[in-house]
Amino acid sequence: MKKKFLAGMMVTGLMAMSLTGCGNSQTTAAPQANATTDNNAAADNNTSADNNAAADSNASAEAGSEDKAEAEVKETTGENLSGTLTLAGSTSMEKLCEALSESFMEAYPDITVTVEYTGSGAGLESLTAGSVDIGNSSRHLKDSEVEKGAVENVVAIDGIAVIANKDNSVTNVSSEDLAKIYKGEVTNWSELGGTDEAIVVIGREAGSGTRDAFEELLEVSDACNYAQELDSTGAVLAKTASTPGAIGYVSLDVVDDTVIALSLDDVAPTEENILAGDYLLSRPFVMATNGELSAQSDLVKTWFEYINSEEGKNVISSIGLILPQ
Amino acid sequence: MNRKKVIEKIAQIIFLVCAVIAILAVCSITVYMFWKGTSALSKVGVPELLFGTVWKPTAAEPQYGIAYIILASIVGTGLAVAAGVPIGLLTAVFLSEIADKRLSGIVSGAVELLAAIPSVIYGLIGMMILNPLMYKLEKMIFAGSKTHQFTGGANLLSAIIVLAIMILPTVISVSTSSLKAVTQSLRSASLALGATKIQTIFKVVIPAAKSGILTGIVLGIGRALGEAMAINMVAGGSVNIPLPFNSVRTLTTQIVSEMGYAEGIHRQVLFTVGLVLYIFIMIINFMLLRVRKRGTAND
Repeated sequence: MKKKFLAGMMVTGLMAMSLTGCGNSQTTAAPQANATTDNNAAADNNTSADNNAAADSNASAEAGSEDKAEAEVKETTGENLSGTLTLAGSTSMEKLCEALSESFMEAYPDITVTVEYTGSGAGLESLTAGSVDIGNSSRHLKDSEVEKGAVENVVAIDGIAVIANKDNSVTNVSSEDLAKIYKGEVTNWSELGGTDEAIVVIGREAGSGTRDAFEELLEVSDACNYAQELDSTGAVLAKTASTPGAIGYVSLDVVDDTVIALSLDDVAPTEENILAGDYLLSRPFVMATNGELSAQSDLVKTWFEYINSEEGKNVISSIGLILPQ
Repeated sequence: MNRKKVIEKIAQIIFLVCAVIAILAVCSITVYMFWKGTSALSKVGVPELLFGTVWKPTAAEPQYGIAYIILASIVGTGLAVAAGVPIGLLTAVFLSEIADKRLSGIVSGAVELLAAIPSVIYGLIGMMILNPLMYKLEKMIFAGSKTHQFTGGANLLSAIIVLAIMILPTVISVSTSSLKAVTQSLRSASLALGATKIQTIFKVVIPAAKSGILTGIVLGIGRALGEAMAINMVAGGSVNIPLPFNSVRTLTTQIVSEMGYAEGIHRQVLFTVGLVLYIFIMIINFMLLRVRKRGTAND
């Protein structure tokens, strides 16, 4: 009996070791998996191009090959296309992705779209590792991410609104004053012509796309002195609404009447002002692909075609985002 | 006969596999945490990481000092235990020694309910009720101060209060059962020698139940140290020196709040933060084992 128990323990021990071993190899193997999916995509393209050429050779051999490819894509984007499209990334893009995927799946019932909200950095990491089709990012791609093969496709533009507690009497700040508030040089609303109320500086956690965008656009990167660092847009909104003297920043589309959206340098945070380029705090919503758009699978191409269609544009503007020019 | 033997064998194997799953989980978590957590140590440098006080992971020249974060966890847990344990212990004494059956039933029911409340509810109540109260207090204390950064009431003190309440059920239930386990003859002997009831409780019953009470305290420390959700909601989340009215970040909330968007070394440092937390929890568990061993040795 004892011997058998010992043998059992050893076997399980070995299993444990091999399991942890698997954990190791998985992460290192990720880029390889990535490469193979790339090859597959390339192969798909080749075969479709071949078919294309064969079909067209009957009609006219002279026609440009690019036109043919486009025709082919449009054919394949018919109702027959099915599969799962996976997106991952920015939490700021949740509203956009939910709206887009919902109406997209209505138009293409055989395609399932799944979106994970893991954060811009994590989403792009999943993309370059090959585990998702599209990486969502609420900021421009970093050089390191572009080097890994991510390609930036701006689908919408988001404005960042500076919000204040409702009891606040100040409705306009200059960008210099705003920078001073966030650097901790201005600490009371009375210094800006408001009532005698301490300013509670609320922001997002390090690594957040909104914080990155805000600090970069306001040129206060790494110099901010936050009283509270919260880890979601909703939390910033709720805390600003409930704390007297609070100031915070959130995506323009989530601003509601529980807070005041402050004007910046006398420019109100509105769509017109952002499109005109007058409003300082605006940022792109990027749906990054692994490699150029033309090298993507039909599923991904269909997704982007939908976004660029009238219907897709309507969805984007209906949730308060601005279409890129 | 043979069939019976086979069934016995199979049953034994099933039990073994079940037992091994737990061991396997602990071992793989330990290996994973050390493997993932140590990679940042060599890249950032041990003193810079563990004793650095500046946390700027996304700056152009990033700094990954987690000293204040470790300190906030230790101070927060320590003060929460200091505030929660006396209340918990006295409640346990009340439940086991003083209250009649009906009253003790009501109180222990309430304590059980307190244990069952999810931490997010503690956080929510802390955020909606405690933080505004704290902000009023903060404004009174720091009125006219030029150097204090107003946090809107989200501070270390709020976290300590929430944690102190959260560890109460653990301390109370473990202490109560160990107090109840003290033999009646000890109490009778003390009373017969002329000691009052209160003297008996503090000089005889509590010392006799010492190891059980210590177990409760250690479990409470573990609970306070590992709590993330409630703290994340009430403590403000900026990395600061852990002073009562400063917005702070602990080891747990550090991971919770930054994991989503972190990348590169920033992400690896968060694993190191997890490793530090894991080591703290391991130390507490070894303490727990020793306390229990001493308890059984005394019996």
